[in-house]
Amino acid sequence: MIEFKLPSLGADMDKGKFLEWRIKPGDQVKRGDVVAVVDTSKAAVDVEIWNEGTVYELIAEPGVTMRVGTVMATLLAPGETPEAAEAEKRTRPAAVAVSVQAEAVPVTAVAAPVVPGERRRVSPVARRRAAELGVDAESVAGTGPHGAVTLEDVERAAAATKAAPAVPAAQLDKQAEMRRAIAAAMSRSKREIPHYYLSERVPLQNATLWLQAENARRGLTERVLMAALFLKSVALACETYPDMNGLYRDGKFEPGASVHVGVAISLRQGGLIAPAIHDVQKKSLTQLMQDLTDLVKRARAGSLRSSEMSDPTITVTNLGDQGVESVFGVIYPPQVALVGFGRVAELACVVEGGLRIIPAVTASLAADHRVSDGHRGALFLAEIRRLLQQPETL
Amino acid sequence: MSVISYREAMRQALREALSRDERVFLMGEDIGKYGGTYAVSKGLLEEFGPERIRDAPLSELGFVGAGVGAAMGGMRPIVEVMTVNFSLLALDQIVNSAALMRHMSGGQFSVPLVIRMATGAGRQVAAQHSHSLEGWYAHIPGIRVLAPATVEDARGMLWPALEDPDPVVIFEHVQLYNLEGECADAPRVDIASAAVRRAGGNVSLITYGGSLPKTMDAAGQLAAQGIDAEVIDLRVLRPLDTETIAASVRKTRRAVVVDEGWRTGSLAAEVMARIMENSFYDLDAPVTRVCSEEAPIPYAKHMEDAALPQAAKIVAAAREICGKS
Repeated sequence: MIEFKLPSLGADMDKGKFLEWRIKPGDQVKRGDVVAVVDTSKAAVDVEIWNEGTVYELIAEPGVTMRVGTVMATLLAPGETPEAAEAEKRTRPAAVAVSVQAEAVPVTAVAAPVVPGERRRVSPVARRRAAELGVDAESVAGTGPHGAVTLEDVERAAAATKAAPAVPAAQLDKQAEMRRAIAAAMSRSKREIPHYYLSERVPLQNATLWLQAENARRGLTERVLMAALFLKSVALACETYPDMNGLYRDGKFEPGASVHVGVAISLRQGGLIAPAIHDVQKKSLTQLMQDLTDLVKRARAGSLRSSEMSDPTITVTNLGDQGVESVFGVIYPPQVALVGFGRVAELACVVEGGLRIIPAVTASLAADHRVSDGHRGALFLAEIRRLLQQPETL
Repeated sequence: MSVISYREAMRQALREALSRDERVFLMGEDIGKYGGTYAVSKGLLEEFGPERIRDAPLSELGFVGAGVGAAMGGMRPIVEVMTVNFSLLALDQIVNSAALMRHMSGGQFSVPLVIRMATGAGRQVAAQHSHSLEGWYAHIPGIRVLAPATVEDARGMLWPALEDPDPVVIFEHVQLYNLEGECADAPRVDIASAAVRRAGGNVSLITYGGSLPKTMDAAGQLAAQGIDAEVIDLRVLRPLDTETIAASVRKTRRAVVVDEGWRTGSLAAEVMARIMENSFYDLDAPVTRVCSEEAPIPYAKHMEDAALPQAAKIVAAAREICGKS
């Protein structure tokens, strides 16, 4: 029997509100199928499944807010019979037993494992304070004696995560929720990640001319924006400098197997989301542009997929449209780098001994000093610059 | 203000009481010619004469009973019992007579008696001279129990004890007699409240008597390890100042009770029970205690040390409930 559990859809998520099923008992599912829609503080997300099997039992009830790790449904593995599943179920503890993924909790302590039948240790004052703050004390990682949850743990959890409200989720101010989620992720980033910052002016004469020529012969819907070139150049540079691409977890860096670029998208109602475009290094500019357009549209409509939410291995932010010259970003944990692009502007540049007015952009890098050093960061930025001089190779 | 020893402070307190009130007299074994087992009353016989500094025969039952009678008759006796172990011979006089007389006489008689006794271990005088039975006395309604742990309290508690119309038992820990400290010439101290000896925010270390210096030492070590301990000196073991304990626990949310008595049925148990009654919803960790090992206090130095609360044990207990073990 396969248990389908609510996945964490980002480092700042520890619970989600289940909205609807996209499957019913008896359905065959395979890896990547969308099976459920879950509302996080940021968006309604289409949650994908990573197992193959037959849907056996739907456990989660729509409209219920549940913690990451909660069993939502069970599936029969290929070849498994319902009788075998029932037999297995009887030998297991209650299927709704919950656990919190350590990475969802922005403190170093790991939640003590919940032993079925054993009451979680929560100090009296922590329990009282948790009730006041609307925090689920049972889900907080404990730092007290024998892993007990203390007052400090509760207050930290309340400050760091979106405080679980006493009122039903539907009545919540969505924007305030998102603000809290961003606050938690960014606070964790600045608390844990020793950032260093580099910037580099990148001439875009070649890129601009190439884009103009390309777009002139393309249809309106197939036109490519400079943003796609930026994404591709970052992804290719990541292949040369893999220490910019990946996740820093449990005290060590795990390089990304592929480059999934998180694209920072500001939402019209306020707030920010950075879902991934997968395998950017392998995709054509045309494909990237389509993906980008689609992603922005779906992000603003609130229909992202779970893999997009949880997969980014590096983030790109582009504040050029807002007219700023450069941006020094805050890394989205547990990623280790963020590349920022400012405004593409006509600038007086010295080119081949002469002063010329050409388009250029300031590219910046915020990187995790635990993983890379300024020297590597500089080489990485220089590689992005080099790639952008040869747009035809992108 | 001067720096004096606990022993000297106690002697000054006796001298002041004898000088201020002619009804006051001191009685006990070896307190006159010998100057007291712990030399507290040295010189007082010469100064005040044998009528008021009275050597008693070796019968605790007899001379404590004589003290009760004298108090009922209008005197203000101070009776010294050599150690708390020996006071067991006089328990009938203290518990059945002194503590009950106001009640049994329908309020007609009071017993304004002060009984001083040495208590505690650490001087290698073996089991029959080393026990801490303060908790037993704190169990008895009708008497007030004091445990001066500082030079100032040693100097200042005797006079208000004599002014109390009911019996007061004062415990002087043998380890404290050589303690030196600053003391006002005539300090005014109360005999009703506990004192915060060190303010802190992370854990309350609640203690009294001979364990106070060890607890202060532990608090200093804890500070170096990033744990800010508050030290509460109970001072008055009966009636207990519950409010000061509750206020401290409300602030720190954790408590270690340090008590040289054995843990079973100890004063520490009573303090812990009161924290449960009053402060349960303020607690962030189970209340814990450091007491003497449940064995007769050994004679051998290393074993005696091992049997008693020590700073290292207090530090370990505090770290444990702060989640830092």
